[in-house]
Amino acid sequence: MNIKLRDPNIIMKLSRLGSFHQSRLSFLRSFLSEFKDWKYNRDLFDLDQEGYGTAVYSFKKKDRVYSLICYANKINDDERSDRVIATKWDAAFTLHDGVPLKEDIDRLRNEVPKQEVGRLSYKELTLSRANKSVRVFDHVVKSLSDGNQPDLELLEKVGYLYRTTAVYGSGKFGLADRFRIKNREEINGPFRLEMMLVYLVRQFTFDQVNHVAKNKNPNSAVKLDPKICRNLGIGNSTGLGMAPFIVNHPTLLNNWILSREIALKKIRETKIVKIQDRDLFKDCVKSSLKNITSWNTKSEYQLKKIKLLLRDIKKFISFLENEFDFQKDYPFNEIYLWLEKETCEECIEYVVSIMMEPFSDIVQPLVGQMSSEEEKYFNIPTERNVRDLKKILENKYSDILKINFNIEENNQNFWFISKNKEEPRLANRFEENGADLEQPLAIARDIKKLYERLLSLKDNFKINQFLIDNSDLRHVVRRAFIIEKFPYSEIQDNTIGEKLVPIDMLRLKLSFFGALKFDPKSDKWLRICMFQGAPLPNELKDYDEQWVYKTNT
Amino acid sequence: MKSLSEIETTAKRASRAAGYSWGIAEEVGKSIRLSELFGFPAIKHLNQYYQNKKKENFEEIKLINKINKSGGSSFCPIILGINFIDQVKNIETLKKCLVENLAYPLLILPFLSRASEIIGKKLLLSFDNCKFLLNFNVSISSNILDKEMSILSKKVEISFLENEDNFSDQDWENLYKLAEDTFVEETDSLKKGAAGAGLTDND
Repeated sequence: MNIKLRDPNIIMKLSRLGSFHQSRLSFLRSFLSEFKDWKYNRDLFDLDQEGYGTAVYSFKKKDRVYSLICYANKINDDERSDRVIATKWDAAFTLHDGVPLKEDIDRLRNEVPKQEVGRLSYKELTLSRANKSVRVFDHVVKSLSDGNQPDLELLEKVGYLYRTTAVYGSGKFGLADRFRIKNREEINGPFRLEMMLVYLVRQFTFDQVNHVAKNKNPNSAVKLDPKICRNLGIGNSTGLGMAPFIVNHPTLLNNWILSREIALKKIRETKIVKIQDRDLFKDCVKSSLKNITSWNTKSEYQLKKIKLLLRDIKKFISFLENEFDFQKDYPFNEIYLWLEKETCEECIEYVVSIMMEPFSDIVQPLVGQMSSEEEKYFNIPTERNVRDLKKILENKYSDILKINFNIEENNQNFWFISKNKEEPRLANRFEENGADLEQPLAIARDIKKLYERLLSLKDNFKINQFLIDNSDLRHVVRRAFIIEKFPYSEIQDNTIGEKLVPIDMLRLKLSFFGALKFDPKSDKWLRICMFQGAPLPNELKDYDEQWVYKTNT
Repeated sequence: MKSLSEIETTAKRASRAAGYSWGIAEEVGKSIRLSELFGFPAIKHLNQYYQNKKKENFEEIKLINKINKSGGSSFCPIILGINFIDQVKNIETLKKCLVENLAYPLLILPFLSRASEIIGKKLLLSFDNCKFLLNFNVSISSNILDKEMSILSKKVEISFLENEDNFSDQDWENLYKLAEDTFVEETDSLKKGAAGAGLTDND
């Protein structure tokens, strides 16, 4: 049986991309898988009684060492903000390439806490900061110092002790450029070092809370139960900064989505599914219900999605238990077709993610194909002609060409970079100033403009001639030739329309990170949790790969 | 030290602010990054050029010919560089082209480097007393280390070099002979057992 890859015109719509969930392909899971046999160590833990000071954690294999340096600082409650515009944080972190010397630690102590206004060097790989969830942290300290474990209900509601507000890599603020490290086998996957940083920060939060509790009451304090630690992750507040990334890296986006689509295709093409694989799939679907029912949010938008998801997953479980015969040939194809017919987008993509669980042999090779050598596809093939370009636009952007951008609601917003924080923002062009400084993220509008301009030209007119007088559309000419080779490289939607829900763009990226429990705080930012349920560093040698579905057990 | 990623992003944004389209700004960002990676003072020249661009008018070469003369003001190196990349397959047939009055000639270096990779031929760029050999976008050789670059060159020459060896036949033969010293003389019995031995060519 030959199953076609799913149509980009459906999959790359924002409502579908905004329904994606974590899977075996997600970066935090592939990070754990890659580093499970590395030697983990806490190399330095120099905190005062209140938990302020410096700590260093490392992963080591043969001659390679990655070290997380943590700086925990005292800040006032009124200085604590999750907004990216904050200037002070409870703790700041950097991942150092190798074993840091005392001079490195001292140098970085002056820079890392300053984050965006500090300067890092080529020896540092990633940079981040985090704030305590004061409510949870203080409660845990008090409970432990009194000799008790904390209130699980409170912990479950929040899910973490600290939340990060940004994780930077790839050359930002002087950090090492990716080209310096891209050939290392262990980081052959996107965002792997960012994932390492977050994972080690999680361990730091447990060590710090234990340390503070112990110092508060040395005689009766107990340590946080490892089982409770396992069910805590690291929170993250994420805003619009992430959205342009997926537009600005088309071949990378393609490789993420394509890997997912190839995995699904191969799973649907599997004729006979082994009993243990069938059972694992069913088990994960059922266990995952807890992830849905413990998904806390006040966002009406998300609550509605969760409600529909829960309804459809229950319907699906009933279908699996009562109607479906796994003995049939190509059972996952049957399941997929049923899902398409009977359930919502959120549920389809949720189950697609779970389908990958039993198929490590299919998924694992795809993990290594999720990076991209973007430079290779940058040059425009200018010897091609207008006929070629028109054909690409008609085939690859058919829905986009139907949008009328003369209607105000389809042209309502513009993306810009804020002057005070150099972060992407979105504004109404008819109400705010600055549309003349619009970022090149209105791809749908510009593709339509390109198509209209091509219509008046002769088919054999060369692209190099076209570009001489149409340099304003050069950025989309480049993209059109990229999508010709990379079908999932483009969001097939209007990113400036009135109906845009920007958090759909964030969710797409966060699902590939492996985030859980998306909690939108508005249509422009959300909180998530990472590594909740993940094995602790000292458990990595032998852990349950389906830990994601066993949180809170 | 600034990372290449910072260099690319800043050069791209500055180019947009200097009046170029986003598509051109993307090209400038990539090219300045490349030039700095190769060790040339591209940021310095780009900055000077954009400062001057506010006060002076620069001419744009649209279609690149064998000889390109400006009408009075000097040529913009950015537009020349981008059109060179776009039109390189046509320009290649000219074998050589000349540009008179080019501002900040160093800025066309990374564009030519990328063009060299596109056509698979080395390019030689000469202006004033400076020479640059562009090797398929893998490296750039030059005679200008530590020299100050001119901000305006009256005559810039770009030559397409044929794919030829960089050494004489004699150099090669001598080296090959030395390499042969790693081979072992085959005995008759070994020859008999080698692949294909014992069969006729007509089987």
